[in-house]
Parts: sequence; structure tokens; C-alpha cells
Amino acid sequence: MGEMVFLLPFSNQMNAYGNALPFSNYWTPRRKGWVAQCVRILCLATLLWLTPAWAQPPLKIGLTPIIPYDRLDIDEDLRKYLETKLGRQIEFVRRDSYRPAIDMLSHDQLDVAWVSVYPYVYLHHNFNLRLLATPVYHGYPFFRTYLIVPADDKTTTSLLQLRGKIFAYADPFSFSGYLYPRYELHEAGKNAATFFAKTFFTMGHKRVVRAVASGLADGGYVDGYIWDSLAKSEPQLTAKTRIVEMSGLHGFPPLVAAKKLSNRDFDDLRRVLIGMSSDPVGAKVLKRLGLDGFVPGDPKWYAEAAHMMHVMGDI
Amino acid sequence: MNPLDLSFRHKLPLWGSVLVLVTAMAVSATLMVQTYEEMEEDLIIDSDTLARALTPNLFSALLQGDVWWAYETVSSPQREIGTGELPNKAENLIVVDNALRVFVAAKPREVRMRTSLKDIGPEYAALAAQLERTGDPNEGAMDLPGYPHLFVVRPISREGEQLGLLIIVLTRASFMPRFYKLARYGFMAGALILCILLPVNWYWGQRMAAPLAQLTDRMQNVGKHRPKDLDPVHYSHRDELGSLFNTYNKMLADLKEREELERQVVQSDRLAALGQLAAGVAHEINNPLGGMLMAVDTLKNQGIADPRTAKTVALLERGLGQIRETVGALLVEAKINSRNLMPNDIEDVLVLILPQVRRKTLHLDWRNDIADDVALPATLVRQVLINLLLNAVRAAAHQGQVSCHIRQVDDSLRVSVANDGKVLTNEQMSHLFEPFSPLSEDGHGLGLWVSYQIVQQLDGTIAASRNGGRMQFEVALPIGGVAA
Repeated sequence: MGEMVFLLPFSNQMNAYGNALPFSNYWTPRRKGWVAQCVRILCLATLLWLTPAWAQPPLKIGLTPIIPYDRLDIDEDLRKYLETKLGRQIEFVRRDSYRPAIDMLSHDQLDVAWVSVYPYVYLHHNFNLRLLATPVYHGYPFFRTYLIVPADDKTTTSLLQLRGKIFAYADPFSFSGYLYPRYELHEAGKNAATFFAKTFFTMGHKRVVRAVASGLADGGYVDGYIWDSLAKSEPQLTAKTRIVEMSGLHGFPPLVAAKKLSNRDFDDLRRVLIGMSSDPVGAKVLKRLGLDGFVPGDPKWYAEAAHMMHVMGDI
Repeated sequence: MNPLDLSFRHKLPLWGSVLVLVTAMAVSATLMVQTYEEMEEDLIIDSDTLARALTPNLFSALLQGDVWWAYETVSSPQREIGTGELPNKAENLIVVDNALRVFVAAKPREVRMRTSLKDIGPEYAALAAQLERTGDPNEGAMDLPGYPHLFVVRPISREGEQLGLLIIVLTRASFMPRFYKLARYGFMAGALILCILLPVNWYWGQRMAAPLAQLTDRMQNVGKHRPKDLDPVHYSHRDELGSLFNTYNKMLADLKEREELERQVVQSDRLAALGQLAAGVAHEINNPLGGMLMAVDTLKNQGIADPRTAKTVALLERGLGQIRETVGALLVEAKINSRNLMPNDIEDVLVLILPQVRRKTLHLDWRNDIADDVALPATLVRQVLINLLLNAVRAAAHQGQVSCHIRQVDDSLRVSVANDGKVLTNEQMSHLFEPFSPLSEDGHGLGLWVSYQIVQQLDGTIAASRNGGRMQFEVALPIGGVAA
């Protein structure tokens, strides 16, 4: 069995969902009773103990700045949970931007990575990598992207009003933080390269929020899941920003499997992820992540992003 | 009223207080100025250290044109991300490129990126002008006259290649809260010290001034009262005040001595004048008296037939006799041809006086140290001794005490007679040796007068003193002297 690696983009969650979607069965809480659950865990643990599962090489899962970086303890909870459930060592590999994760995943240096929409489409398109699972946020596997401006900017109502301003991008391989604004400007017939007086990359959604909050940038697009999470954990920060626009729904940043990940490991991992919501311990970890659970995911959910990338010439 | 005219009682403590206050304020002011300068220096050193720590990262960020990296670097000293408070007391950190255009600032709202430094405001324009003029930024802080901020400027360079400047904007107001806090502590400590020092100073000043004031008071009294009514002053230390007090006491003692001398001179002059007067009057009376007595005697011898005349003559004779006695007592004359005093003469006096002593059941302390003849006229000495003893016995209280001590000291005979009983007043003392003393309840009050005259004629001294509850008479007679 080969090495397994995953990338967990912890970030995108959705807020507002108008239409009903057919996924509710997956994460409605199943109450099978404590005893049965405990017996299952005990049996599994004993089984894991008896088999030389730990002798296998660790499963490498890549994490990218989909989530705010001050949540390492939550990551650790997730890692421990997966280790217990899978009965093998899990190693989280953190990267500050998407590009290294993309490269490592495409070069089979990771088993799995949790990445943004853009890297997934890119990897799926170029390397035909598989979609392992899509997180569910507020009941749906979708998220929106927000255009934010400093809170003291009371006049801006659209991206087009930011002409000649300073604009913060998150990451060159970010959907919200780079592709989406450029696509929007393209659709409006503007040239993104000259539209703003100055642009810069912050390499992270939270940093875009900080850049806008501090007044360093006059605007920026940020993953809605990140902004919503920050609004809970650091309300004084998000209070300095104002949401001007919200995008339509796009598939939540998914977990992508490397080629080398065996089908068996793929299935095991997917099963454990999807089962998290029905497991008391897993549910706790999910709650800390601000997610409802995981679903197998559907490449169609990312079709619009792929279209944008195609339009912008990225694929 | 001129404050300089105040009493030392107030002036000394006041001056001390003023000095304490001035010292406290001067020390406080010096410390505060020093603290202020140190704080400013600390601030600049801190900022310089900060600048040196930040510039390597800023160089890389500038090289790559990475705005966010540069922002993270300059805003990293921020205490809480997002609040915009810079705890190292820098008001802002600004990164400019070589053209003095803002690349990034820790407070982007105040200083927008891509703005030229000289467009931010007049102070920054002055800074830009200064930087353009000097080229390389100086060590330490740039203090632009007339503007509130200090600027610590460090080049962002590596191996001689400079990409821009890091400007740390400092404001003196940043350390003012800390300064005020320190100043408040200083003030409280000062107040506490003043609370201790001022009362101590007041007490000390009062203490210093009190003897001076006392001395002044006494000095002012010197003219107003008689010296003998003035008491000496006490001061236990040997400083200048001590010598002043000693001098005063010595002066007082001298004054008293002089007064006593004067008093004695006056008394003896008066007594001498009285003596002369008495002698003169006695002589003047004695001459006709002698004639009259002789005439009466002749008349009696012739026989007087008429009983009324005889009665008159007898009356005259008795009256004239009394006059002669009185005049004789008044006119004390030492007899030159008297024999020397012998111990027996003194013991005779004891025999004479004893009946009266027994009558009053007195305790007589009799000490006679004379064993041999003394070259003094016996009669006169006996008379003096008898007079003094009789006086003492009379004045002594019932069952009281009388002492008599006769001895030879060097070349003089000393007689000391003392008794308990009533002590004489000052007034009585000053007229003690005058004739017809009002103190004499019986007799004619000539006893002390006669004694005085005798002692004077023998070139001796007689003095009365009050010693506790006792009256004491001291007689000193030079041996070998004879009446003139």
C-alpha cells in the first residue's frame, strides 16, 4: 500500500442557500445509541491494535490556507480522529499557499489535499485527480465569495466602483481571491491588469480581511466561509469591513486525492469522512471546524469555476 | 510688616521650609528632566533596534514588491492585529522607496501607499526635504524643528544596495503617560519626604530659635529689672549659642556682683556717715551734759532743803544719766590699752549667755577653737560676741537652735553665730547695722550698731546672711590689729 496524503482546505462554507438540495440524508444525525457506538469503536480499536496497521507509512494530507491559521488545535483534533478511525498514522502537511500543494499533489508527494476550488479544477483538469469529498457547510456543500471594502467606505456598491483603487488578492491559485474578481472584470469588459491602481497578494483569505480592515487595500474578495468564521471568532476584525457583493453558489473547497492513493484507501478515507457527522467524536471535531460534515461531492458543482478558468485562459 | 523682621521663632522654620521646598523642587525638576530625556533616548534606541530588526525582511519584501510581506513586517510590532495600536510607541512605521514614495505603512489609513512622502503633509514634506538634502540618513533620530514628531530613519539595504528607507514616526506624547506616572510617583515620594522633613525642620527651627528668643528676652530685661532679679539662662551645648549664653551669664554675674558691691558701699558709707554723725552729736551732747551733771552733783552736795527742789534735781539727774548712757552707747570707742583676748574671755561669754539659753530651752552648739591668746582687744571682742549671741538667742525659736563657732583662720579670728527662727527680709537686711534698729523688741537697738562700729574700728568685716532657714552672722577680725 502506498503513501496516502490529503489536503484539507478548511475554509469554504456557505451562508445563504435559497434552493433545496438533495443531500440532507447524509448528515441528519443518526441516533443509534451510545452502546452500539462504543462497541463499534472498541471493536475497531481492538482490531487495529491486533493488526500491524501502524506499521504502514503515514498518510500525508496537505492543508492550505482555506482556514484561518490560528486553528492548529482543531487540525490536530481532526488528525487524531482520522488516525483512530483509519487505524494508521496521518501526517498533516501545511503549506502557506496553493501552488506547493498543487505541485506536491500532482507529483504524488501527498496522498490527499484540502484545497480551494481553483486548485481542484486545475488538478482535475490537468491530472484527472479524483474528488475525495466535499465539506458541507450550513447544510449545503456550497459557498459564496464576498467582495469586502473597509467599513468606513460607505459608498462602494460594486466591484466596478473600485477602479483606480488598491486591491488585495488572496492567492494566484485562489478562486475567490484571484480568479473570481478577474473574471467579473472580464465580464464587465475591463482589463484586470490595469483596472486597479495597485494590487498585491496576501496569500490567505484572512489576510485579505486584515488588509481591507486596516485600510491597506480598498477592497478584496474573500471566501465567505472564512469571513463568516472570522465574524464569530474575531468580530472586531470583520466589523472593520463591509460586504458589498456576494457571489452565486459554488462547490465548497474539496479534498482531492492523488493518483497514488489506492482505491481502498480512497474508499476508507471517504467512508470515514462521510461518517464523521454520525459519530459523536467526529461530530465534535466537525463542530469545531464549523462544518456539518462531508459528502462524496460531484464535479458538476465545480463546473462554473472551470468555465471561468477556461474563459480566463487558465485551463 | 517686613518678613525679615519676623521673630527667629518663625523666620528659622520658614527659611528652612523654603529651603526644603526649593531643594525638593530642584531635585524633582532635575530628575524629571533627566527622566524625560532618558525616555526620549530609550524611545529612539528602541526604535532604532526595531528598525534594524525589520530592515532585512523589508529588503526582501521590497525586492519582490511584496506589499503584504512588507505590511506584515511593519505592522508586526502591533499589539493586536487589526487594532492599529503600535505598542513600541511608534506612531507609524513607513516604508518608502528610493524616490521617497510610500511602499507601505503600518497605518495605511493615515499614510496611503504610493503617495509621495512630501504629499502626506507639511511635516513629511520637511522630512522629505531633509532626507533629500542629507542623502544618507543619520544615526539617531531626526528632529524637525517646529514639528511634534521624531523620525528614526534606517536605510533598507543589503550589501550596499539600497531599496528604500524605513521611517519610524515617534511622538513624544507616547511616553508622556509613563512619564506622568513616574512624575506622579516622584511627586508622591517628594510629598512624603516633605511631610517628614517639614515638621522636623519646623521643630528644629523652633528649637534653634527658642534659646535665641529666650536670650533676647533676658537681654531686653537687663535694663528694666535689677540684675539680681534676673536668672541665668541654661544652654547645654558648647556651640556659639553656648558661648553667647555663657557670656550672658557671666555678664549677669558681673552685674550682680557690682550691684552687691555698690549696695555694700552704700551701706557702709551710710553707716560711716551715721557713725560720724553719732560721734559728732555725742561729743556735742557730752560737753554740756558733763557740765549739767556736774552742776546737779554740786547742787546735791550743797544739800537741798526744799523737798520739791530735791525731787526735781533727782529727776534731772536721772534724765541726764539716761542721756549719758545712750550717748555713751552710741559713741563706740575702742580702748587702746585693752589686754589681749584669752580663751577664758570667750568661755566667760558662754557663762553669761547660758541662763538665757536655758530659759528658752535652746540647743546651743558651742565650738571654741581658740586655745591661746589672740592679739585682739579682749573687751571689744567679748562685746561683739555677747551682742551677736544675745541677738541670736532672742531671735531663735522656742527650743530652737543657736550655734557659735569661734576659730582662727590664718591671721584672722573668725566668729560665726547662727540661729534658726525668723529670717529677715531684704529690706530688714539692708538696714541691719543701723542704730535704733526697729527689730529690737527690747533694748535700744544699738547692739548690732555697736558691733559693727567695733568691727570697723578693728579693720574687720561683719556680714549677715540667710542660709536656708537660718540667720548667720560672720565676723572676721585681723589679728594684731588694734583700735585706731
